[in-house]
Amino acid sequence: MSRSPISRGSEWTFDLIRRYDREIARVAAQYGLDTYPNQIEIISAEQMMDAYSSAGMPVGYSYWSYGKQFIAVEQQYRRGRMGLAYEIVINSDPCIAYLMEENTMMMQALVIAHAAYGHNSFFKNNYLFRTWTSADSVIDYLLFAKDYVAKCEERYGEEPVELLLDSCHALMSHGVDRYKRPSRLSPQRELQRQRDREAYIQSQLNDLWRTVPVTQAGQAQAREARFPAEPQENLLYFIEKNAPLLEPWQREIVRIVRKIGQYFFPQRQTQVMNEGWATFWHYTIINHLYDEGLLDDGFMMEFVQSHTNVVFQSAFDDPRYTGINPYALGFAMMRDIRRVCENPTEEDRRWFPDLAGGDWVKSLDFAMRNFKDESFIAQYLSPRLIREFRLFSVLDDDHNEKIEISAIHDDGGYRYVRNALAEQYNLGNREPNIQVYDVNRRGDRSLTLRHSQHNRRGLGESTEEVLTHIESPQARDIAVAAAARPLG
Amino acid sequence: MVSAGPQGFLKRGEVMSQLIDRRLNGRNKSAVNRRRFLRRYKNQIKRAVGEAIAGRSITDIDKGERVSIPTKDISEPVFGHDSSGRRERVHPGNRDFMPGDRIDRPPPAGGGQGKKASNEGNGRDDFVFDISQEEFLEFFFEDLALPDLVKTRLATVVDHNLVRAGHTPSGVPSNLDVVRSLKGAMARRMALGAPYRRRLRQLVAELDSSRGGSEERDGASRALEEEIAELKRRIGGIPFIDTFDLRFRNRIKQPKPSTQAVMFCLMDVSGSMDTERKDIAKRFFILLYLFLSRNYKRIEVVFIRHHTTALEVDEYDFFYARETGGTVVSSALKLTYDIIGRRFPTSEWNLYVAQASDGDNWSDDSPICRSMLLNKLMPCLQYYAYVEIAAENPQNLWLEYEQVNAACENFVMQRIKTQSDIYPVFRELFKKQPA
Repeated sequence: MSRSPISRGSEWTFDLIRRYDREIARVAAQYGLDTYPNQIEIISAEQMMDAYSSAGMPVGYSYWSYGKQFIAVEQQYRRGRMGLAYEIVINSDPCIAYLMEENTMMMQALVIAHAAYGHNSFFKNNYLFRTWTSADSVIDYLLFAKDYVAKCEERYGEEPVELLLDSCHALMSHGVDRYKRPSRLSPQRELQRQRDREAYIQSQLNDLWRTVPVTQAGQAQAREARFPAEPQENLLYFIEKNAPLLEPWQREIVRIVRKIGQYFFPQRQTQVMNEGWATFWHYTIINHLYDEGLLDDGFMMEFVQSHTNVVFQSAFDDPRYTGINPYALGFAMMRDIRRVCENPTEEDRRWFPDLAGGDWVKSLDFAMRNFKDESFIAQYLSPRLIREFRLFSVLDDDHNEKIEISAIHDDGGYRYVRNALAEQYNLGNREPNIQVYDVNRRGDRSLTLRHSQHNRRGLGESTEEVLTHIESPQARDIAVAAAARPLG
Repeated sequence: MVSAGPQGFLKRGEVMSQLIDRRLNGRNKSAVNRRRFLRRYKNQIKRAVGEAIAGRSITDIDKGERVSIPTKDISEPVFGHDSSGRRERVHPGNRDFMPGDRIDRPPPAGGGQGKKASNEGNGRDDFVFDISQEEFLEFFFEDLALPDLVKTRLATVVDHNLVRAGHTPSGVPSNLDVVRSLKGAMARRMALGAPYRRRLRQLVAELDSSRGGSEERDGASRALEEEIAELKRRIGGIPFIDTFDLRFRNRIKQPKPSTQAVMFCLMDVSGSMDTERKDIAKRFFILLYLFLSRNYKRIEVVFIRHHTTALEVDEYDFFYARETGGTVVSSALKLTYDIIGRRFPTSEWNLYVAQASDGDNWSDDSPICRSMLLNKLMPCLQYYAYVEIAAENPQNLWLEYEQVNAACENFVMQRIKTQSDIYPVFRELFKKQPA
């Protein structure tokens, strides 16, 4: 079927964007992509830098670190050291995607396909996002957070708020419930509940204070019952609920930072998948449109060039190498799943009996919904891809003088490399496992954190500084001794 | 939300995307965060600004500055791993490694985990960024304890007047000078049409003389008539107005203050003026310079340093060359007076003198200074500011100058110890509305 191209040349107009969007939406629906409605916003480069530097949040509270980010981005951009990201997309309902006005028509179309249909459908359907984030209320919550922090600054001064935020941000990565599902939020309910919480918690806290030593024996017994009864991995949550000397507003801010950290938690666990999925779909959709005759050759040439840049993977000994490119790995894996479904080799049949010869759209959809990076790689990385990427794993053990090549892309190494790579994306391994172990309620009121070591890996050099941050939201005038290292 | 309702009657994929143009929305959403960053690292930035002031010429104070802060200072702490223990990493692009190969550990910073890792903390490179002229001055003013009004006055960029300056052949339509353009068009039409009209007059005369008569003549006159018609067509074809004719009123920017001033910087460079005192002196000079640059279009700066003899020098020598020996202040005053007489006639220049000293002077010389000032210098000056830096007790020069101060309104003096003492010297000066 041959039709005339939608546009020629690189200039975009609003009408053209609408036409492209309609065609892309049609093709996406044909492949069964299930998305939130889209809200596509055209913004300037400066606005893109703004969005960039606030961790991709469309509304954020004021914080110096975002200013630092902004300055860094601005400087690099000005000196021409980097182009801005093509797109930012926000996990919300409707799904907000930003297009930069400097982009060419081809780029706008690519971004629409990538962000507004690729990422969008991932946000809507992947189990982590479904469990951890509420797309329909996040913008409202961020707005609530911004206003609340601003109000606190007005009432208590900018400095105490900033100090508190410093402490919370230091613990942000340890402010996530990994096993509990968060409840849904709405702004009014959030406000109401915030007031209730304030009142309730303050009335309950005296429990921690009721520490009049009764008898020696009683004290010894009390020592036995640890508080918390179970170790707590969510440090921010524990502080929010139990720190005795926090003001109600401080508790609320701890909570806000914790909630925002939680909102970004799924993104940190699905980088490869999310980018791979979006890249796979922009590639597939644009090619589909080209096959229909809706895109001209100039468009395609430009497209292929950008796409190739996005999925470029340098080798380990290349000066540009900064690790595995999630776009490259994700895209290759998604394509590989399709390949295994459509043209399985004998090897594929052995490795993926369920996949080989199946319906690729359904298989991909299943993979997208039910995995995160770690499990996705463990499940789907094929020997063929390992060979293509020439992956090898390196074991670095500080007991040994030299590092060792533990496996490469050969028959004996496929499973090993696959597991090693999957482990590399396991957040539980990447971040130290630190839990609240004990609070000495009757004695010196110290807080004990326990670091469970994995593979004998020690804690980084900023640990001491983080610990001072735990002291400050906990209790200022009470000595808090944190025994992080010895246990473990 | 909406998704529940419409899905029933809209087929999937037909939900239209919403397209919004946000480009006109505010663009400085990060300004507040940037300000907070600057406030948080105020000390580091101030140090950079201080260094910049030391390194810059005082006439060059009015610019932004590149500031660099060690990355370590601004990194945010998180719980993380160090490099100990057992780690396994997968890399792409194997060439000839085989399982079991043992290789040397690559150096920790460079190599594989290059640039990205250095953000995390162990990178030694600095966080470098620019601050604007306004921000620079803000930091500069901070220790000087300037009142806000003065700060804003100094921080504002010089205003410009738009002044007419003839006409130009190009410009914006609103500046089009219609009358002049039409005059030009008319002249052009006359000039271009002149040869045709001359010929036309000839032909008309011929036609008149040949009228009435034979057929032969009729033929000739028809030819003449044709040529006349052709000429008329040509004259008519000359464009009434052409882009070539357009004239636009030309306006050029002229800085508002339209007078000129000369500033004499006098400094005692005898051994007792150490670097710290010179630093304070420099700020004193800069402040006066800034004030003048906001009020005068053109400023000359003359640097005169003195110990027992005075010498006109360039700025570098003024601040950095070291001298030893005694102090004779009157030598500098005399040189100033000479230079005024030779190069800066008081009818054309506004004269300002700023003098910094540690107050030491030969006791015999101080009365000479007083009479020099009262009789010769002060009558030609707009303003004379004297600072005595960090002296324990008023020195003899101070006592003599006090008499000058009593006699002249535009003579100010101050003893200063720190930067924040500088401003009061100029209080009277800054009170005046700029001309």
